[in-house]
Amino acid sequence: MTAPQITPGTPPDGPILSVRNLHLAIAGRRRRTPILRNVSLDIAPGEVHGLVGESGAGKTMIGKVILGIQPSRAVVTGGSVRFGGRDITHLPERERRRLMGRGLGLIPQDPMTSLNPAGRIGGQIADVLRLHLGMDRAAARARALELLNDVHIREPERVLRRYPHELSGGMRQRVLIAIAFACRPKLIVADEPTTALDVTVQRQVLALIKEMQAQDGASILFVTHDLGVVAKTCDRVTVLHGGRVLEAGDTRAIVEAPQHDYTKALMAATPRHDRPGDLLQPVPEALTARLNEEALAYDAGPDTTSASHA
Amino acid sequence: MSWSFLLRRLLLAIPTLFGVAAIVFVLLRVVPGDPIAMLIGPGATDADIAELRRLYGLDESIALQFVYYLQDLAGGNFGTSISMRQDVMELVLGRLPVTIELCLVAMSVAIALGGAMALAGAYWRGRAGEAAVDGAAGFVLAIPDFLWALLFVLFVVVFALDGLPISGRIGHDVGFRGATGFLLIESLVRLRFDAFGSVLLHTVLPAFALALPLAAIIARVLKASIAEAMTQDYVLMARVKGFSRARIVCREALRNALVPTVTLTGVQFTFLVGGTVLVEKIFSYPGIGNMAIDAVINRDLPLIQGLVLTFAVLFIAVNLLVDMSYALLNPRMRHG
Repeated sequence: MTAPQITPGTPPDGPILSVRNLHLAIAGRRRRTPILRNVSLDIAPGEVHGLVGESGAGKTMIGKVILGIQPSRAVVTGGSVRFGGRDITHLPERERRRLMGRGLGLIPQDPMTSLNPAGRIGGQIADVLRLHLGMDRAAARARALELLNDVHIREPERVLRRYPHELSGGMRQRVLIAIAFACRPKLIVADEPTTALDVTVQRQVLALIKEMQAQDGASILFVTHDLGVVAKTCDRVTVLHGGRVLEAGDTRAIVEAPQHDYTKALMAATPRHDRPGDLLQPVPEALTARLNEEALAYDAGPDTTSASHA
Repeated sequence: MSWSFLLRRLLLAIPTLFGVAAIVFVLLRVVPGDPIAMLIGPGATDADIAELRRLYGLDESIALQFVYYLQDLAGGNFGTSISMRQDVMELVLGRLPVTIELCLVAMSVAIALGGAMALAGAYWRGRAGEAAVDGAAGFVLAIPDFLWALLFVLFVVVFALDGLPISGRIGHDVGFRGATGFLLIESLVRLRFDAFGSVLLHTVLPAFALALPLAAIIARVLKASIAEAMTQDYVLMARVKGFSRARIVCREALRNALVPTVTLTGVQFTFLVGGTVLVEKIFSYPGIGNMAIDAVINRDLPLIQGLVLTFAVLFIAVNLLVDMSYALLNPRMRHG
């Protein structure tokens, strides 16, 4: 195969987030299992950046490392994460907390489990406002009401007093989007934010995220397995497999002319509105096997890699 | 929680109490031991004994005695104590506040101690702090309440800790006679802080003896429930929000850990009430537990019956309170 050129490309006005040559492994009893292999990506201010890959590609782990919430057994073995020019790879807990809210936010994958079942909706929006913006109770409540309006929740006054189990999944995801945008963070990690939702609700939530982003100007790292969603949502995209970046660039360029075989295969596996008659093709097993082999060869060291794939 | 729930539980208590009354009544008359023999001196004639048996209604058949007993109960008459020759109801009600206050203090101690241990163990999860909490809970749990009471007495005597009373409920030098039996509450309301301090000091050791095993159980169950809650997505969300670990443990996780903890430890509160029998005796604490032991020694049948019924009512009340607290703690049940 011809090795596709991987150029993260520095955005014009300096990236808000810059992941450089990130290596991460899960520490086992005997040895470390590599999860991320030399991952680099940049996100410009206001950019929506898609991170695409199948399950197990490590895309959610990248989001977690950026937020500093990776499991304790996941060890960054190389590279760095820079946020606003500052290295946050190994930030101590206390400083990490100060970065949250106004710096970083998260729209989680599963809205059903991501709100505290024992707390009212209003309190769960207001607590971040009080923590990071120093608002008093009344101001936080007023702002929470505004935020619920922004995410198009009807009867926001009543929803403020509701408990999570009284809301539908779509409503809960709207609440979580409100929380993510509450302190106007510079970067929001959206970790498969529509995967757990009904198809009809998916489209609304996607539209809402785009709308909020357009208003607010926050950058978004949009983690998904769905190239179709990326095509509709993201400015640029990084394709990930086996913890390696296979291809990265402008969404339009990649969707219209994917370079890497794997991206092409992903495209063939994604339903397309412009060609509704096409049959969907699963990613060929031979391709997956070859990529896995490449990943293992990469782990073995640069010499063996160049010898077998030169 | 609704009124119908409360009403149903109260109605269910009636057959329970009837069963308790029947079993205790029959059991007391089947086992050996004659209350009359305990009552009178060695010089009594057979005629005296027969007269007394008739007086207390003990010459009838057990079935007939039970019918009379139920008739009396229905009229609010719990009988007359054989050993003290006073109305059982009056005797029990005079002592009941003592035990209720002791149980409330013990429960507060158990909840505070167990809760603090659980929070500390959950906060220092996987570190020395958790191991210390587990070790302490295991050690405390291995010793039952009455043994703790004996150990405390031994400790006070051996080390001559004169400041810690091991007998009675209030110092003799404190001139305070409450209008009610609730000395702790009453002394506080009447701003008699000397009396309050004295009662509290007398209550410390029996309350801790009762509380320690329960505290250990609460510590274990609550710690496990918090650990379970800490793995949930909303805890991850709280970390992303930027909250400290202390706040996440105490606010986000604790609220959700309370329901399973109350479910699993609720029954244990009734064991604490039962524990008062031996612990009150050891500390000469003038509650109904202490009274129950004396009543058994004296074969005071009416008093034993009255006390057992009182304990049954206490158990039912504690269980009801525990069940009601689920609804308070779990928003899903509140609105569901």
